[in-house]
Amino acid sequence: MADIRNNFVGIKSPNPFWLASAPPTDKAYNVVRAFKAGWGGVVWKTLGEEGPPVVNVNGPRYGAIWGADRRLLGLNNIELITDRDLQTNLREIKQVKMDWPDRAIVVSLMVPCVEEAWKAILPVVEETGADGIELNFGCPHGMSERGMGAAVGQVPEYIEMVVRWCKQNTRMPVITKLTPNITDVRKPARAAHAGGTDAVSLINTINSITGVNLDSFAPEPTIDGKGSHGGYCGPAVKPIAMNMVAEIARDPETAGLPISGIGGITTWRDAAEFMALGAGNVQVCTAAMTYGFKIVQEMIAGLENWMDEKGHRSLDDIVGRATPNVTDWQYLNLNYVAKAHIDQDACIKCGRCHIACEDTSHQAITSMVDGVRHFEVIDEECVGCNLCVNVCPVENCITMEPLAVGAMDKRTGKPVSPHYANWTTHPNNPMAKVAAE
Amino acid sequence: MAEGLFKEGIVGGRLAPTQYAENFSDLHPALDHHEALVESDRCYFCYDAPCMQACPTSIDIPMFIRQISTGNPIGSAKTIFDQNILGGMCARVCPTETLCEEVCVREVAEGKPVQIGRLQRYATDVAMAQGKQFYQRAEPTGKKIAVVGAGPAGLAAAHRLARHGHEVTILEARPKAGGLNEYGIAAYKSTDDFAQAEVDYVTAIGGITTENGKALGRDYHLADLAASYDAVFLGLGLAGVNALRAEGEDASGVSNAVDFISTLRQSSDLAGLPVGRRVVVIGGGMTAVDAAVQSKLLGAEEVTICYRRGQEHMNASGFEQDLAAANGVVIRHWLQPKQVIADGGKVVAIELEYTAMKGDKLAGTGEIVRLAADQVFKAIGQSFEPAALNGSGVSIAMEGGRIKVDGEGRTSLAKVWAGGDCIAGGDDLTVSAVAQGRDAAESINRALIG
Repeated sequence: MADIRNNFVGIKSPNPFWLASAPPTDKAYNVVRAFKAGWGGVVWKTLGEEGPPVVNVNGPRYGAIWGADRRLLGLNNIELITDRDLQTNLREIKQVKMDWPDRAIVVSLMVPCVEEAWKAILPVVEETGADGIELNFGCPHGMSERGMGAAVGQVPEYIEMVVRWCKQNTRMPVITKLTPNITDVRKPARAAHAGGTDAVSLINTINSITGVNLDSFAPEPTIDGKGSHGGYCGPAVKPIAMNMVAEIARDPETAGLPISGIGGITTWRDAAEFMALGAGNVQVCTAAMTYGFKIVQEMIAGLENWMDEKGHRSLDDIVGRATPNVTDWQYLNLNYVAKAHIDQDACIKCGRCHIACEDTSHQAITSMVDGVRHFEVIDEECVGCNLCVNVCPVENCITMEPLAVGAMDKRTGKPVSPHYANWTTHPNNPMAKVAAE
Repeated sequence: MAEGLFKEGIVGGRLAPTQYAENFSDLHPALDHHEALVESDRCYFCYDAPCMQACPTSIDIPMFIRQISTGNPIGSAKTIFDQNILGGMCARVCPTETLCEEVCVREVAEGKPVQIGRLQRYATDVAMAQGKQFYQRAEPTGKKIAVVGAGPAGLAAAHRLARHGHEVTILEARPKAGGLNEYGIAAYKSTDDFAQAEVDYVTAIGGITTENGKALGRDYHLADLAASYDAVFLGLGLAGVNALRAEGEDASGVSNAVDFISTLRQSSDLAGLPVGRRVVVIGGGMTAVDAAVQSKLLGAEEVTICYRRGQEHMNASGFEQDLAAANGVVIRHWLQPKQVIADGGKVVAIELEYTAMKGDKLAGTGEIVRLAADQVFKAIGQSFEPAALNGSGVSIAMEGGRIKVDGEGRTSLAKVWAGGDCIAGGDDLTVSAVAQGRDAAESINRALIG
């Protein structure tokens, strides 16, 4: 039986599934329900400094986009950090940690960008017995207008400075949460690393407008006729998040820096993919907000079953296993040749592969053969682009079949070379590195 | 239990009064907004879609479904009406299971096609509920066209001709327009007087005058029309019903299934409509099923369809056969009527002979079975009665007992086109009649305007 116990920068939890800092972790009532359902840990919704509570809008906080059958694909929000009193939160954190000692409780924090503010909050959090802190440098709306959240996360120097303050003022592990609303996620990660962070977590939400009401011409979610960019999350952001995780995992400057993966994780498979790309554990929010806390049971069982099936004994066996396979385009093997192949028994003859290829790509799929509706790849034209695979509604009906070394590529009329060759040495590349004569 | 349930003979009031409305409610209730969105999302938007190929009117099905899914039901309805102005009725009565839905790739993939018919109804219902008219008449051409028969073929032709700016006069023998949509299909397929609502919707384009109670060959002749109109479209129905060719079939209690269906459709009081306790329907097509199921719904205790060939030869679709079975109708195969047994002039039983294929011919085996029956319906096919065409002056060419036409609906007579059940090679489908009426109208327009 696979062991999915998690040790993330010294914080132990029975499984790698944490709830991210968000509404589901705003108070003891929710967190206790989450722990009862089986979640391994939570990042308590972001606390601010002592003082008058934060206020939220009193209209819609969320917007969404949907797929078929109104399945929620992307969610955005304009909610701020906790609007509950600091002392109430601290009291509840302490109680819950006492009642659930085997679960991880990390506290998300966001206070003004001055050292005194951090010096003030760190000891009171430490006093709760929480396992660690997460620095919210990502919140893209509202708080960023006040010089916090993403306003810090978008300036690497500020990140490094605040992380350093925290490391100097607490014994708790520090996780730095990164915003995706930047050009190159490696820069803030390097800054956090330089400041001494124990880990980074990413991604926070993405600036977004989920829709426009075409009657009122107002963006959604709409508050009294106006809207503001909210933070986008959910299944739709997963590919963006995974790339950012991989970029940090394979960056020589941050290699080995623990990562808590966040962004659209909905199933055990999503979690396994993040972990394979280098995440030591994962955080979930939208999936729980869509379906409730019970989904963690599917995640736990699914991850265990997959690990058992593949012979992975612990999370260490899978974390980062895919990282070495993420490379730059220039290093991809240009001598690798694949062709699409359509399984005629599985084909339902919808013709989408044909029209996608015919209208928008390489004219490499038939629609009619000998007067009969028939979809077949024309090897002479197929560049192996994979578009047909992606538009086919039947899983595994169209597959990409690599040509064996020595086999004839009918498109180029040349046999497949046995040698690896990439763009850096390609004759068409004016910058090609030519071997010394 | 209602008092009349087990009464012998052909009587009304077999059921509790409240039961009738329930029994004759909509066979396929309309999809609501969310259901339509979910169902439309199942469509793959196929290239050169098989459903579109299978539709006799070639409706761009993937496009109209996509328009539903994008929240544009009005645009969707226009896509449908562009090809089929009777798209509302076709959505209700088309045997989609043997047309568009049979070839849906989802049927191939998972045995569960996209519910094209119900989606078509959703879109057309939205447009018709709003009274949304999509077409404006072209400038008047001054051409006058007579359309004989206000059935699906005639209505489709009239609408298309009116669009082109012609003046159309529809001559209809029955008191109401609609043809088989009004008189010939089961009540649960066209509830809430939909057939008349559709006639009103179609003729609302203007330029169409309907004269009821005008029968060809009785009140006027084809030659008169050819003389006083620029063109004539014949959209006649099938007036003849094939005989059983069984002894005693003139006994009281033996009648035509089409007449029973028509009477039922026109009845304002189903409880008063008489039906037998034991009903036998002879035939294997849609009419047989419609008559049998409705007999059961009126309270008949036993209803049996007897068909002279096997299940695989029945013209009624699999869906229709299942519908009959679900309503408690027994379908028996390889039985042909031999003799109607009467007592005091009233049918009390029917004797049938088992059949079998001898080589490639069907023949009786000599084995006889007797079924008790107080009502027998004949549903073994209808025929065109060409007598109405007499007086044409020059005789119109026929083929296999029906009017011969070319690829665009032209008959052998100049100025005369035809479509629907009266032409040779027809398939007895509303949707085919619509296509033929529409295409003949285009042909007429080309001939008149060039």
